Amino acid sequence: MSVLLIAEHNNKEVKPFTLNAITAASQIDQDLHVLLIGSNADDVAKSLSEVPLVKKVLHIDHEIYENYIAENYTSAILKHSDKYSHIICSANTFGKNLMPRVAALLDISQVSDIIKVITPDTFLRPIYAGNAFATVKSNDEKKCVTIRPTSFEAAEVTGGTAEIEKIDAADQSENTKFINREEIKSDRPELGTARIVISGGRGLQSGENFKLITSVADKLNAAIGASRAAVDAGYITNEHQVGQTGKVVVPDLYIAVGISGAIQHLAGMKESKVIVAINKDGEAPIFSVADYGLEADLFEALPQFLEELNKLNTIQK
Amino acid sequence: MKILVAVKRVIDYNVQIRVKEDGSGVVTDNVKMSTNPPDDNAIEEAVKIKEAGKATEIIAVTVGEEKAQETVRKALAVGADRGIHVKVDGMIEPLAVSKILKKIVEKENPDLVFMGKQAIDDDCNQTGQMLAAHLNWPQATFASKIEIKDKSLQVTREVDEGLETIEVNTPAIVTCDLRLNEPRYASLPNIMKAKKKPIEQINASDLGVDTKPRIEHIRIEEPPKRKAGIKVANVEELVQKLKNEAKVI
Repeated sequence: MSVLLIAEHNNKEVKPFTLNAITAASQIDQDLHVLLIGSNADDVAKSLSEVPLVKKVLHIDHEIYENYIAENYTSAILKHSDKYSHIICSANTFGKNLMPRVAALLDISQVSDIIKVITPDTFLRPIYAGNAFATVKSNDEKKCVTIRPTSFEAAEVTGGTAEIEKIDAADQSENTKFINREEIKSDRPELGTARIVISGGRGLQSGENFKLITSVADKLNAAIGASRAAVDAGYITNEHQVGQTGKVVVPDLYIAVGISGAIQHLAGMKESKVIVAINKDGEAPIFSVADYGLEADLFEALPQFLEELNKLNTIQK
Repeated sequence: MKILVAVKRVIDYNVQIRVKEDGSGVVTDNVKMSTNPPDDNAIEEAVKIKEAGKATEIIAVTVGEEKAQETVRKALAVGADRGIHVKVDGMIEPLAVSKILKKIVEKENPDLVFMGKQAIDDDCNQTGQMLAAHLNWPQATFASKIEIKDKSLQVTREVDEGLETIEVNTPAIVTCDLRLNEPRYASLPNIMKAKKKPIEQINASDLGVDTKPRIEHIRIEEPPKRKAGIKVANVEELVQKLKNEAKVI
C-alpha cells in the first residue's frame, strides 16, 4: 500500500513544513503520494512533482479550495484516500485542525505529533509537554498520523519527476465561510524554521523593550520568539509564542532572554541544539536546560551582546 | 441558546511529571490534578455569553473516572448550570471521547459545544474536531475571539501565520485557545452553591460506545536529558563560547 501526504500551501508555494512531513512519510513507506488540494495551484503541483521523495502528485483544483477550510478539505481527502495505508500531514495548526476530522470519519484513532517513525505502525511521540516520550502502536487497519515538522529534515526539492494526476473535487460545506487572514509579514526568517531564535520573556518588562531583542535578531538574522507570559502581557503578538500551546522550535541556537523557563515554555524549545539563557535570577529553571547561562541584568547584557557581535565579522546571513 | 462545555481532568500544569520506572505511564498517585487549562477558557467564554444574555443554559460535561467529577463541580462553581459525568475507567482515547460526546449532544441538543483546543496530558488536539466530524457540524478551532451573531459565530483563530477569521453557522463546535479570555476564580459562596447543582452520572457502557483503546502504549519513558551546561562570567565570554566552542555564530 502507498501513503498519502496532505500538502500545505498557499496556492503559490509549498509551505516548508510539508517538506519535513514528506521526509517522515517516506520513512513509513517509500511509495509516497502527495495530495494537493487548492485553487489555481499548478505551480505548487509542479514544485511538489520535483521533490525526489514524491512518487505521484494528486491535484484537486477548484475555487472552493482557495482558503483551507477543514470541512472542504476533509470531504476531498475522504473521496480519494481509499487505497492508502496511511494519511499523513504536519502537526502545525493546518494539520491539527484538519486530520482529526478525517480520522473520525474513517473511525481511526489518530496518532498525533510523532517525532520518530519506528515501524510503519509504531511511532514515538512526546506527551506532557515533552516531559515524557511514548512509544505507541496503532492497531487501526488504516492510520492517520501527524508529524512534528521540526523532528524531521526537510526533503530535497529538486531532481524529481513525479507524475501529476488531476482528480475531482468533492462537495463544499455550506456552514463554514472564510472571512480573512491577517498574516504578519516579516523579512525575518520564519520562527519554525529559523537557524537562530532569540526569545524574550516577562523580564523585558514592556513591548517597547523588545527592541533590544529586535536589534540582536537583526544582527544574527534570527527569528523572534516569546514566552507566553510576554505574549499575555501584550509585549508581542501571539504568533511569536514558543511553547506547549505555541510553536515548537529546534534552531541551532536558541537565546532565551528574561525567560524563567516554565515547563510550558521548555516544551517548545528544549530540543534546540545550543541554548543560551540570560536571566538575572540565577535559580531560574531555564538555566537547567541552558548550555551557556549568563546570570545578568538583560538591560545591560543585551546592548553588550550586540556590541560584541558587532566586533565579529563572521556572522552568517 | 444552550451551550455544552466539555472539560477534562488532568495533572496540574505546574506539576513536574514523573515517569513510572516500569515504563507503563506517569505517576498520578498523590499528584495535584486540575481542569485542563484551555477548558477553563471554554467555561469562561460560555459564562460570559450567558452573562451577556445570549445563552440560557450552560451544561458542563466530562468523561472519565469517578474523580473527574471535580472538574464538573469547578465548572458549576464558575457559572455552569448543571453537569454530566460520563463514567469510564482507564485510558480513553479522543476518538472514543468524541463518540461519547456525540451521544450527549444528541440527548441535550445544544447550539454550541465549547472545549479546550488540546489537553495538556496526552497533547493530542483531536476531540473537538472529531466531535464536529461525527455530528457533521462546522468547527472553529484554536479560537481567540468569538462573536455571536444571529444564526452563526464569527471566530478568530490562532494559526501559524497569524490570525484567521471564519464564520460558522450554528450548531457548531469551538475549541478554545488560552488567549480567548481570562478565566475567573470561583468565589467561596459560589463553590458552596455549586455543591447543590445537579450532576447526572451516566456509565459510558450504557451509551453503547466502544471505548477500547486502538493505540497501544508500548512504553513511556523520560526524554533524553540535556547535558548540564555551564555558567559564563560575562557577555564577552558568552560570545567567545558561541563562536569558538559551539560554533553557532
